[in-house]
Amino acid sequence: MASATRPEGLGWLDERLGLSALREFAAHKTVPLHSATVWYYFGGITLFLFTIQVLTGVLLLLYYRPSPTEAYESVQFIMTRVQFGWLVRSIHSWSANLMILTAFIHMFSVVFLHSYRRPREITWLSGLVLLGLALGFGFSGYLLPWNKVSYFATKVGTDMAASVPVVGHQVARFLRGGADVGGATLTRFFGFHVAILPGLTTLLLVVHLGLVQRHGMSSPPWSEGKKLAQMRFFPNFFLRELMAWYAALAVLGSLAALFPWELGEKADPFAPAPAGIRPEWYFLAPFYTLKLIPSHVWQVEGELLGLMGFALLAAWWVLLPFWASNSKGDVRTRWVTGAGVALLAYLVTFSLLGYFR
Amino acid sequence: MEQERRSVIRWLLGGGFAASVASFLYPAVKFINPPDMPEASVNEVSGGKTQDLKPNTGKIVKFGSQPALLVRVNDTEWRAFSAVCRHLNCTVQYNEARRQIWCACHNGFYDLNGKVVSGPPPGPLEEYAVKVRGEEVVISRRS
Repeated sequence: MASATRPEGLGWLDERLGLSALREFAAHKTVPLHSATVWYYFGGITLFLFTIQVLTGVLLLLYYRPSPTEAYESVQFIMTRVQFGWLVRSIHSWSANLMILTAFIHMFSVVFLHSYRRPREITWLSGLVLLGLALGFGFSGYLLPWNKVSYFATKVGTDMAASVPVVGHQVARFLRGGADVGGATLTRFFGFHVAILPGLTTLLLVVHLGLVQRHGMSSPPWSEGKKLAQMRFFPNFFLRELMAWYAALAVLGSLAALFPWELGEKADPFAPAPAGIRPEWYFLAPFYTLKLIPSHVWQVEGELLGLMGFALLAAWWVLLPFWASNSKGDVRTRWVTGAGVALLAYLVTFSLLGYFR
Repeated sequence: MEQERRSVIRWLLGGGFAASVASFLYPAVKFINPPDMPEASVNEVSGGKTQDLKPNTGKIVKFGSQPALLVRVNDTEWRAFSAVCRHLNCTVQYNEARRQIWCACHNGFYDLNGKVVSGPPPGPLEEYAVKVRGEEVVISRRS
């Protein structure tokens, strides 16, 4: 006679959701242990900070008004009248910056541990698109408080797009929602920031995390042939990752509480660009590079030359997994490490120069 | 015969699907492309009263939808330019110490003829004509 007993608790859920298959899958996933295992945590920390962004962003949406006459005042209202509004906005701004920092750390750790190697090329590409989307979040979110600095940063940023030959003006018009940065740009950037970019990011995150699950954690090339000790992903690595998230939360909470994010002065399209204007730290390196390039180099406009240089640099970096291997399929680890060090040195040096000069 | 029929059906279904996707995308692409908003062309604006601006100072004036920079060089000499930097579209200002026009975004300098002195701007600022009518300063586009 067939058993008529009904499963209870988790068993009841398991019967409907197939949780044991998930548990089985997690039990088989392992993390290699070596001297650089600590860098594996940064992808998870970036994901955690993205979750904080979504949560605080949803809260800010309850009060924010995306129009040039109300945007600045609504953020001021959030910061001065809404209970804990200053904290929520400060966490949102600090978390955005920390998320981009950890995404960069994650990217460089992938380069220095050579985790982009076959068959992880698409994981690398999806990660770079995610980094691009994170920068898009930063650029679009920067304008939303409608203050002086963000207004001019958007003018410069969208005008850079206009310098691209053939399609530049069309792209700049699409970004601005018109000929100039104004109310149409603000509503457009708001739409990008709260709907289009989150949608694309969620989609790409599913692909990126799915590929990480499919290929497992990569071991560095110098450990090939050695039998590395492995840690079970669940629960051992997962619990350690949770502790890393707590540490990130502690850093974030301290920064947000001790150094509340400032609002600045309201944007005025008929005021000159303020002295000492500069973009967010992650755009400082290209900003300073453009400052150094003279108006014309040979017959080419300096601005166009700079943009062409950035485009070539980006293409070279995106294609890293493909030029990193020779015809026999061996990875040129020294070349890649050298390229990584050179790019990191450029970004750090030019960002510091852009900040202090 | 059977194979041919399948092929025709595949083409019809595939073509229909592609056409329906295109018919969804076309209005969406047209929608996100902002419409042209022609603005009334402004050729002349008031720059305020002469006594409002001291010698060796400058101020931003609305010139239609764009900013213009009015500079009082000395008691009798006035200059006006488009205040939109030729480099990356920032709004320039008058730098009294250097007696030059300065863009704070990328440190570009122009002289009082609008020509580039230093920094990345690729060309000169558009210069406007300035006339003093009684006590009023009038800025106009050069014909």
